[in-house]
Amino acid sequence: MTGGTGTWIAIGATALGCYGVKLLGLSVPAGLLERPLVKRLAALVPLALLAALTALQTFGTGTLRLAVDARAAGLAAAGFALFLRAPFLVVVAAAVVVTAALRAV
Amino acid sequence: MKTEQTAGPETERPPARPRAAVVRDALGVGVAVGLSGFAFGVTSAGAGLSVLQSCVLSLLVFTGASQFALVSALGAGGSPFAAAAGAFFLGTRNAFYGLRLSQLLRLPAPVRPLAAQWVIDETSAVALAQRGRAAARLGFTVTGASLYALWNLTTLLGALGASALGDPNAWGLDAAGPAVFLALLAPMVKGRAERAVAALAVLLALACLPVLPAGVPVLVAALAAPLVLAARKAAAR
Repeated sequence: MTGGTGTWIAIGATALGCYGVKLLGLSVPAGLLERPLVKRLAALVPLALLAALTALQTFGTGTLRLAVDARAAGLAAAGFALFLRAPFLVVVAAAVVVTAALRAV
Repeated sequence: MKTEQTAGPETERPPARPRAAVVRDALGVGVAVGLSGFAFGVTSAGAGLSVLQSCVLSLLVFTGASQFALVSALGAGGSPFAAAAGAFFLGTRNAFYGLRLSQLLRLPAPVRPLAAQWVIDETSAVALAQRGRAAARLGFTVTGASLYALWNLTTLLGALGASALGDPNAWGLDAAGPAVFLALLAPMVKGRAERAVAALAVLLALACLPVLPAGVPVLVAALAAPLVLAARKAAAR
């Protein structure tokens, strides 16, 4: 039962925190954005986070170890689809299908 | 009503992207990412969360990376607080999206608390890719609505169907997340500074992954942005 309570606490804290930062970003006064450095950072920080997330979810494991597995091939397929200017759904499908196919063999 | 362009019908040049094209792009992203809620539902159930818990996460947290991070940490036996902290840190990037969107969309104050829940990677990417406020608002709204509806529906289906499906990884569903991020990232990487930031962020994240708790490497990687800016400033001197 403690596991259930702990999980609910984690869910509640995450929901509050994640909604809070979303609202904070939207509510920051516009004057702050007139500064060029803030503008530049606001553009570059999400880029850094997305690049990091791509790498972490491709090579990360649940156990603090890096691994090169079928996901890397899936991501390469997605990259190739992007290069061919494929639509979004095709890009994601390419990654899923290639990853699943490699694991099946 | 203003005339948008003085060009006659023989020139046939639309002044901005037609609304239909914006809606089509937005729905493309909304449907594709919305369907990947299925992968979340399956993963969440596999990590030991109930169907209700999985659905509440998608309804109230509604930011994919944080949700995935939370359930994997809980599934791995992490403490609720560490798991929530990691998920929260992943979600902090939405503040930066909000920062840019507030300027672009100029939403009236009463709408902001509602719109805030839709401030995520995908809605920001679609809105920021549009030219003009009206197109950006349309892109944000259509992406947000379609993604929210589908993400929650497929979370429910995924959580319910998890036991029938077996191992989600066997279906390659764990590759959907990084592919989504890569697709969002690709149009942002335009100049030399952008490429440097992306490369440094990847290096920092992978170097930190083995030594820092889940959720922290991505925050360290965010430092790539100020580091590259500082380096470029120093080089320009």
